[in-house]
Amino acid sequence: MNALRQSSPLAVTGKYLALAFYVAFALFPLYWLAKIAVTPDKLIFSEGTALIPSKFTFENFQTVLLQTDFVAYFRNSLIVSIGTAAITTVIAAAAGYAFSRFDFRGKRLIIALMLITQMFPLLMIIAPIYKIVAALGLLNSLTSLIIVYTAFNIPFATFLMQSFFDGIPKDLEDAGMIDGCTRFEALRKIVLPLTLPGLGATLGFIFTAAWSELLFALMLINSNDAMTFPVGLLTFVSKFSVDWGQMMAAGVLALVPSCLFFIFIQRYLVQGLTTGAVKG
Amino acid sequence: MAGIELNNIAKSYGSVEVLRDINLTIEDGEFIVLVGPSGCGKSTLLRMIAGLEPITGGEFHVDGRRMNEVPPRDRDMAMVFQSYALYPHMDVSRNMGFSLEIRKAQKEERSRKVGDAARTLGLTSLTERLPRALSGGQRQRVAMGRAIVRDPSAFLFDEPLSNLDAALRVEMRLEIARLHQRLNATMIYVTHDQVEALTLADRIVVLNAGDIQQVGTPLDLYERPSNKFVAQFIGSPTMNILGVDRAETGVKLKDGTILDVGSRGEQKRAHELGVRPEHLDVVPEEAAHMKGVAELVEHLGSDTNIHASVPGVGPVLVRQHGHFPLKTGDAVNIAVDLEKAHLFGPDGVRLAA
Amino acid sequence: MTARADNAPGETRARGSFYIRYMVEPYLYLSPAVIVIALVMLVPLVIGISYAFQAVNLLRPFDTGWVGFENFQALWSDRKFWLALKNTFWWTVGSITFQFFLGLGLALLLNTRFYGKRLVQALVFLPWAVPTFLSALTWAWLFNPTIGPLPHWLAALGILSEPYNILGDPDLAMWGPITANVWFGIPFFAITLLAALQSIPGELYEAAEIDGASAWQTFTKITLPFLAPMIAITVMLRTIWIANFADLIFVMTGGGPANSTQILSTYIFTTAFRKLDFGYASAIAVALLGLLLIYAVVLLVLRRKLVKI
Repeated sequence: MNALRQSSPLAVTGKYLALAFYVAFALFPLYWLAKIAVTPDKLIFSEGTALIPSKFTFENFQTVLLQTDFVAYFRNSLIVSIGTAAITTVIAAAAGYAFSRFDFRGKRLIIALMLITQMFPLLMIIAPIYKIVAALGLLNSLTSLIIVYTAFNIPFATFLMQSFFDGIPKDLEDAGMIDGCTRFEALRKIVLPLTLPGLGATLGFIFTAAWSELLFALMLINSNDAMTFPVGLLTFVSKFSVDWGQMMAAGVLALVPSCLFFIFIQRYLVQGLTTGAVKG
Repeated sequence: MAGIELNNIAKSYGSVEVLRDINLTIEDGEFIVLVGPSGCGKSTLLRMIAGLEPITGGEFHVDGRRMNEVPPRDRDMAMVFQSYALYPHMDVSRNMGFSLEIRKAQKEERSRKVGDAARTLGLTSLTERLPRALSGGQRQRVAMGRAIVRDPSAFLFDEPLSNLDAALRVEMRLEIARLHQRLNATMIYVTHDQVEALTLADRIVVLNAGDIQQVGTPLDLYERPSNKFVAQFIGSPTMNILGVDRAETGVKLKDGTILDVGSRGEQKRAHELGVRPEHLDVVPEEAAHMKGVAELVEHLGSDTNIHASVPGVGPVLVRQHGHFPLKTGDAVNIAVDLEKAHLFGPDGVRLAA
Repeated sequence: MTARADNAPGETRARGSFYIRYMVEPYLYLSPAVIVIALVMLVPLVIGISYAFQAVNLLRPFDTGWVGFENFQALWSDRKFWLALKNTFWWTVGSITFQFFLGLGLALLLNTRFYGKRLVQALVFLPWAVPTFLSALTWAWLFNPTIGPLPHWLAALGILSEPYNILGDPDLAMWGPITANVWFGIPFFAITLLAALQSIPGELYEAAEIDGASAWQTFTKITLPFLAPMIAITVMLRTIWIANFADLIFVMTGGGPANSTQILSTYIFTTAFRKLDFGYASAIAVALLGLLLIYAVVLLVLRRKLVKI
């Protein structure tokens, strides 16, 4: 907390031990996932609990990619997640801009409605959504998933975008309007270029959220063609609960996109929240 | 070039009134300074002229054309912001040329005008830098350059110098004065610094709590403030205000001393006497109106400020030219330049001479 | 002020449209969000509440209609519901307690200076980015004695008599999902609390140091009071979120064995998903919503009484 206070060597050691514990706790399960995935089938049981396998293989990945439907699941998930992230971010950016820059009648009411959607059990609407989607003939379609996920993520994404817009001085837009822009031109030419990191972070958040959603996908999708990754993996687990290596290899593959996004947004996380907190 | 007219302009947020009944005519080419303490509504008024705040009452005309609902982009006014509001993602020349870019001006015209402005402001070597790589003074110049490039009918300045240090502020003040002489354009300038107001303005508008207190040339305001607020706001150090009672010939200080201020029109209503520190003099005992003790003496080199305490009257500040050999605790005998003293009624309005 | 009376009627209209523009413009930006949320969340929410008072079972399509409080009467005498309620309580309390204290510890650590901080921060926040279903599967595998090390370690420590899968033991099963949830949830608390910590002005710590405060005093007199509002709001929101959070349990145990890990939200999902009994599922959901509302109100009232700001 401060640089000057003399720390005893004991305290310093304790601190690093604590940090090591957190890092180990965070990484161990993922390490294990990766470890089993690269362990050859024959060795899985004999070396089941050894920390490092004696042999490595990428056979499991090969099998998963070439002989199972995971490539299709992966593609479906990508379509749903990218679609959801893109649509949500556009809609949420517009709404966040309105919250950040305008005072208007009904603002508090709309904010309250958005907060309420964050409070009630989402499972509460799983039945009505199923019936509506079924009535529209959209069961087993990726479109229905994109629409549902978009709605679920708009409130959070809106508040996130609002905090990014709040961080951009209003003077810049005023200057733009004096320089001859309409409000929309000022938004497009001045505000949006400055919000790019925020847009990126929001895209990342929503992508990750859509990538991991399971229960609604389970409910709305049951044809193998339209399964997203989580649904596919879960059916895989319950069907062939013996092929550990392949399941874990599939798991590692599922991890890749979210980790990529996470690395990208990681440094905006605390920063974004901090500026928001200071302002509040 | 534009003549600007404000008729009964008012501004309210819901039920909160921040500006009332503002009437002001600004001649073409005039340099007008809006001055007042923070929260008096001066920036709001400027933003209403710019079109950034809706006008909630009254009429706003430029060259005879009603402009109340005209969006900022069609008002042909340039504005220099207190925060400079430079676009962080554009380099200096694009910042300055942005308005031309928006108006789809020819490339050559754009670069010629930006080049001219950059030369005038000594920014030529910086045109490819981003704002974050500039010092405060340089940013200020870019903000001004952005306004000059426009060649607008009026320049609006919103406390443009308040983020600079003292030395730069003086330098940029001169530069703005020079700019006004060269362009001869209408300029409206908001500040809370009365020195900027007095040095730059053709006419000063003093605002307080949403009302215009007085409009006049700097000398007008200094010599003939319309009320106590203007009297105390203009001039540094601040004018002394001493409570007085009516007397047969002139007014009577609270310690009983009679000051013969001559017979002024409404002298009967005199409630307070205002006299600037520079219109007080340290004199031999027999010529004194007030006798006090020096509580603090500030030696500024060019001037000496003597904070004296006069029994029965209160604290009095005297300003003497040059170095004045006086120490804390010394007795001071003070004479009032009665010609230059002001009388204020109970409502704070200055009584006519 | 007389000027207003002199206005030509046309000008008043022009001014009117000017203000309408100011009033309407934000709604242009907001309408897509509002429309999507209303259609996909609020309308189904109302329908969902209405289902609680109907018989809606896709397996019995002809046996539908309004049934009043029948679903809730069935709920009242449903032993599984009360068990799930009890499990929800322990699941939520257990998860939030460990998440919060471990998250606070991590935030305090990350708010100090040390070598390799950027990397460490990225690594410890990583679990938060792992898709929930994958966290669930990974932990389920870790608890599996055939391929996971945890049962062996627990047996070696003497906590388990022999290395078996605790997810199959009704007495211990709940600890599986709770562990996974703690692993997954620490980063959330650490991130929010770290953000709050970093917004505490450094001068305060310097002032406290000049005043001779010990590290512990600094923590209790400056850090905690500053964090308190953030802690209150995140704990409250997180509690509600965890109580609703069905994914981990559904994937790891499916509510079993013998319903020992069945919480209300998994009970809702399995009732809707496996039995397709939407009426009964909605009744459970309404009950859960009611309980959460009571919780939120109680907490808000308590906060108003305790915190005098």
